[in-house]
Amino acid sequence: MSKNGVGREIPNYIEGIGHLKPYEKPFSVIPNGNKAGAKLKRPLPHASKMVESIEEVIIATGLRDGMTISFHHHFRNGDYIVNMVMNVIAKLGIKNLRIAPSSLSTCHSSLIDHIKNGIITGIETSGIREPLGTAISQGIMNKPVIIRSHGGRARAIESGQLKIDVAFLGVPACDDYGNANGFSGKSACGSLGYAKVDAKYADQVVLITDNLVEYPCLPASIDQSQVDYVVKVESIGDPKGIVSGAIRNTTNPKDLLIAENAVKSILASGYFKEGFSYQTGAAGASLAVTALLREKMIEQNIKGSFGLGGITAQLVQLLEEGLMKGLYDTQSFDLVAAESLGRNTNHIEVDAGFYANPHNSGCAVNKLDIVMLGALEIDTDFNVNVISKSDGVISQAAGGHPDTAAGANMSVILAPLIRSRIPIIVDKVTTVVTPGETIDVVVTDYGIAVNPLRQDLIDKFKKANIKLYTINELQEIAEKLTGKPDKIEFDDKIVGIVEYRDGTVIDVIKKIKNSN
Amino acid sequence: MVKLRRTMMYVTGNNPANVMDAHLYGSDSIMFDLEDSVSIKEKDSARILVYNALKTMDYGEVETVVRINGLDTPFGRADLEAMVRAKPDIIRLPKAEKAEDVMEVDNIITEIEIKIGMEVGTTKMMAAIESPLGVINAYDIAKASKRLVAIAIGAEDFVTNMKTTRSPEGIELLVARSQLVLAARAAGIYALDTVYSNLKNDEGFIDEVKLIKQLGFDGKSVIHPRQIGLTHKIYTPTEKEIKNAIRVVDAIKEAEEKGSGVIALDGKMIDGPIVDRAYRVLELAKAAGVYKEDEQNV
Amino acid sequence: MKKLEVAINNWEEGGIQMEIKKIGVAGTVESSDINIVIEPSDQLGIEIYLQSAVMKQFGRQIKNVIEETLRNEGVENAIVRAIDKGAIDFVIKARTLTALYRALESNDYSWGE
Repeated sequence: MSKNGVGREIPNYIEGIGHLKPYEKPFSVIPNGNKAGAKLKRPLPHASKMVESIEEVIIATGLRDGMTISFHHHFRNGDYIVNMVMNVIAKLGIKNLRIAPSSLSTCHSSLIDHIKNGIITGIETSGIREPLGTAISQGIMNKPVIIRSHGGRARAIESGQLKIDVAFLGVPACDDYGNANGFSGKSACGSLGYAKVDAKYADQVVLITDNLVEYPCLPASIDQSQVDYVVKVESIGDPKGIVSGAIRNTTNPKDLLIAENAVKSILASGYFKEGFSYQTGAAGASLAVTALLREKMIEQNIKGSFGLGGITAQLVQLLEEGLMKGLYDTQSFDLVAAESLGRNTNHIEVDAGFYANPHNSGCAVNKLDIVMLGALEIDTDFNVNVISKSDGVISQAAGGHPDTAAGANMSVILAPLIRSRIPIIVDKVTTVVTPGETIDVVVTDYGIAVNPLRQDLIDKFKKANIKLYTINELQEIAEKLTGKPDKIEFDDKIVGIVEYRDGTVIDVIKKIKNSN
Repeated sequence: MVKLRRTMMYVTGNNPANVMDAHLYGSDSIMFDLEDSVSIKEKDSARILVYNALKTMDYGEVETVVRINGLDTPFGRADLEAMVRAKPDIIRLPKAEKAEDVMEVDNIITEIEIKIGMEVGTTKMMAAIESPLGVINAYDIAKASKRLVAIAIGAEDFVTNMKTTRSPEGIELLVARSQLVLAARAAGIYALDTVYSNLKNDEGFIDEVKLIKQLGFDGKSVIHPRQIGLTHKIYTPTEKEIKNAIRVVDAIKEAEEKGSGVIALDGKMIDGPIVDRAYRVLELAKAAGVYKEDEQNV
Repeated sequence: MKKLEVAINNWEEGGIQMEIKKIGVAGTVESSDINIVIEPSDQLGIEIYLQSAVMKQFGRQIKNVIEETLRNEGVENAIVRAIDKGAIDFVIKARTLTALYRALESNDYSWGE
């Protein structure tokens, strides 16, 4: 065991995983070596890549026990691919697989059975929702899952640490030779940013589509030089779950209050100036920030350089109004964004490596000025937990949280101080996903706290008459209302490893004690 | 320190979520309602909840007001027994028609203050005027009690009693509003305007706030946080007003230093109302964040 | 519904045996509220059946507040069914008191100092 850079005990070795390197600091790891690559192939001219069924394509790939397969999560909770493929794999009797989906949703509950039946013995992903997350927290797997951020997953794949044997990628539009994009067809999802990494590095790539178009499918986000097989199925996902209609601006007074506080701090930070870059989430307060910021941009005649990350209609509006020069889209959150990707020249699809891999020559988060983030828990060292609620159960995702926090000039957490009697500020977070030294500002409905490491921001905010609290003061305010929560007890068994974006281990997730 | 009552936000007394965080939205006052927004079956529930809220919560600098049920209902007396003990800043009477209505409540509050050993007069009052008779008696009502710090107009009932309806321009409320402000000024207390219920019409709301500010009202009742910022913006003094106020305050300081009883500015004498206005403007400016004392305000 | 009988002696002195003979309900299942149902009990003691999203973190405290509130009112025997949606202590106390006094069909609170 060793204590890592955020004070967590990390075992040196875990059976089935190997040696673990403890997290030190956000940029302490300097990598060695070169990028990995896909297997070399020799396809004959005019040979077909089309395969009749999922079953046939799995056999064609030669998938065997113990291999690693991957999926993307661009279809979010409307995804059919993971279940479709896993059910056939189970039927074929293939076992002991490691799966590496970029994330998992609540629709993937059937994986619980596959785990119980020994078909899946390893999971490496960014997030797991209930009921699968709950089951894993209860210890149904022998090997801990590995949680990585979007940038961390790209790094692991591109460095060869995570070798994918077969990638099964659902694509909304595809031709018979493997050129595909995400912004056309009935199951359009917009950007294929996560999938592009798998397409480039997996030894074998299978595209699954419900919309076979005439060759060539142009423009192509994934191209024929990367793809081995193409399968057509009835449906790759439920459109209602894939993208929402344009997400409406919130009218919730609490979200608006938090957003107003956030905008105050952005305006005072010094980063809100001509050519600034910006990233935000898709939920309530984050959207409200974008709306308020837009007004300020118009008022003060300030234009941004780029918007990044999960792209929403609000960011597309900034682009189309000329308030943003470009959008780097790694995931499109709504129909407007998906459609804009196919239409606007400066709405650019980027892969997860371009977005956030810390070990290439310069990812997008390295040029980010301001990012709005969420949190499930924040501790008095500003460490953030975005993976497990305070009951310790794996229920959400790391996403791009650690990546954007590390890269941005100013990372801002937006959160209500109390959620259903649970104070958001705790002594020590249940699970560290993003280290405190990369978190700059915490904005709640009760007030704003700035990380003491950012004296420059503290000075600027004071000058702008922004009332500041220390993080401890906010915690006291919360606990005065709610009382101090009883501590959750955990078992000793480790059910999850949280890898920081550089491949070191920032925390472990323990099995929850059985409830009475 | 001039007390500001630009916004009084209504909070349904029986709603724990709102009762817990009403003070976060920046209004000058919050009014916990035990009356119209609480159903008859839940009057006891709201009373107990607001009582416990006031005894437990720290609402900070925000002024706390409780609107009780009228003494002509089965609930009013019990509301008073509970609320005087809960110690809000102000108890608000829902419908005052004559001075006696105010006195009746005043006397009961005194009774309870004595019983619990509180300094008599600690609990302040507010009265809402919602009927033609009330408007006619506005001055009598306004000076009926030393506890009374403000009167408010309740437009819905008033307009119905007047056999008319509410219009965007509000002409049907002109006399009532003016009468209320006159009464308040003559009695030296605050005048607050009625609620604006259309949350989808920001422009209409802004027009109404501009109107009532021009009529002389100290502030407005609001029913949703989004109305707070809009109101405060309109009550923010202009740069010119702030500059003039500073000049007045400087002239007062000068006169004090000289030991002169007469305050002069630009060759004219400055009297009471101008001094009051200057202080009020600076207080409004401070609250809006556009003025800081001890700083160069150019 | 049986008519309720309560022996009320001297309020200011407290220490009265309050017997619940009817069901009293208060509070909602909206966020930050708690729904409390108080029933008569033929067993000794206060039994609390609690459902809460924050059971692990605050279940113990929630039950304490309910029990303490009831005991302070002189109640020794009751069955309480509570559905909690993240209510903080003063809300739990308020809803418990409301449900109790509805169960007693009484409005005779002692509001305290």
